[in-house]
Amino acid sequence: MLETAIKIRDLKKSFDGDKDFVLNGIDLDIPKGKVTMIIGFSGTGKSVLMKHILGLMSPTSGTIEILGTTLNDMTSKQKAIFRQKMGVMFQYAALFDDMTAIDNACFPIKEHRKNLNLKERNLLGIKKLEMAGLDAKHHKKLPGELSGGMRKRVALARAIALDPDILLYDEPTTGLDPILTEMVDELIRSTHDKIEGATSVVISHDLHAAFRIGDFVIMLHEGKVLMTGTPDEFLNTDHPLVKKFVSKGVRK
Amino acid sequence: MSFLKLKLLESLLLTLGHFFIYAWAGIRSIFQKPYRWEEIFKQLEFVGNKSVIIIFLTGIFTGLALSLQIYLGFSMVGAPNLVGPTVALGIFRELGPVLSGLIVAARAGGAMAAQLGTMRVSEQIDAIKVMGVDPVQYLVGPRIIASVISLPLLCGFFDFVAMAGSHMLCVYVLEIDSAIFWDKIREWINPSDVSQGLVKAGFFGLIFSVICTYRGYYTTGGAKGVGESTNRGVVVSMVAIIISDYVLTNFIRLYFQLVN
Repeated sequence: MLETAIKIRDLKKSFDGDKDFVLNGIDLDIPKGKVTMIIGFSGTGKSVLMKHILGLMSPTSGTIEILGTTLNDMTSKQKAIFRQKMGVMFQYAALFDDMTAIDNACFPIKEHRKNLNLKERNLLGIKKLEMAGLDAKHHKKLPGELSGGMRKRVALARAIALDPDILLYDEPTTGLDPILTEMVDELIRSTHDKIEGATSVVISHDLHAAFRIGDFVIMLHEGKVLMTGTPDEFLNTDHPLVKKFVSKGVRK
Repeated sequence: MSFLKLKLLESLLLTLGHFFIYAWAGIRSIFQKPYRWEEIFKQLEFVGNKSVIIIFLTGIFTGLALSLQIYLGFSMVGAPNLVGPTVALGIFRELGPVLSGLIVAARAGGAMAAQLGTMRVSEQIDAIKVMGVDPVQYLVGPRIIASVISLPLLCGFFDFVAMAGSHMLCVYVLEIDSAIFWDKIREWINPSDVSQGLVKAGFFGLIFSVICTYRGYYTTGGAKGVGESTNRGVVVSMVAIIISDYVLTNFIRLYFQLVN
């Protein structure tokens, strides 16, 4: 039996009082040390779910438990400390425009590793950028001077800067060409394999990626979990909607 | 109809409440550790240093235009010697703080709203939050403190330049005796006239920085939203500066009445 990293029970979220639920009773367990893909059609609440896991949004009802700690009971200060256990790569990288690649990667180190001096922080930042596969000649460039793929690498370096227990990726390949998409997928897998015990959660609508790099797949539909299983179980399912989603993805 | 008015009032009160909670969080964050010295100096450079040229230009021409108008008026009643103190009073108490407030609100305030708005829509503010850093403390606090420090300094510079402009016009063009010009100013102007203008400027710095960062921080709706936030931030700041100028002037007068 696998240990659970993230446990969500009956999670509901509405932006309009008690009607129009974006998340409508989500129950899911994300196993520790694995790559879990959360997939679904557009507008099924994937990104809203991620914001709940990160504590950026408060649920209308339900509980979120991460690494044995319930997020609901935490104050915003406690959440800020707890978030150091999580690294996030945002959809469009969300790099700071006025900082170079190395400064972006060093940002969390500078904030939370006060015992390190400037040189040690920079060395750690360089190490993380190298882990993410960014060539040294690009380290001093601003995000505006980097290509889409390079920006994703910097975002990944920043996400793994504090050696997080949980790595979250929000639609990491949206807007990228097929070659770059494959590169980012491989980067996610190889980074996961390099960090011992890390749990990776990838939110995506890309089925190819789900089957290629995911150990587990969770499919959301209309604010609920439609199916949970391994990629093989998804390929061999009889569920009509999942079948439709899978066949569309495979035809692509 | 009355139901609609009630709804409108409710939303107005909610917005105001939200704004004051944000303003309090922003001001409080300045005094919380870790102190953001690097960010504060960056903002001081942006709000202060980069406004010097525009303040210089507006200051000198305000001094010139005001002196000319007052000279033309006072000449009719045979009191051109009083041009100096009248210009000085107007500049120190009103035009210095108000014009520097409006100019810096348009220049730096607009940039603050646009920058924070872009950071919001491109998820950079979320990124700061998930890295365990308080975005209000990191982004808003330094902008507020830099504006509150910079504006009185810029206002002082505006006062100096405007009086230099007035001196040039009155002495070299209108041929008022330099000694009389400055002697009348010394006679009529108290240091408190200058200091109350500087205090007002500090308040204006607080007002525009809180309003503009608020609009930027809560931007929604992509590039269009950023444009709207910038626009609203600047417009609301300017109106708020002018309204609060009247209120502050009354408070300052009351203060001096009580002290004396």
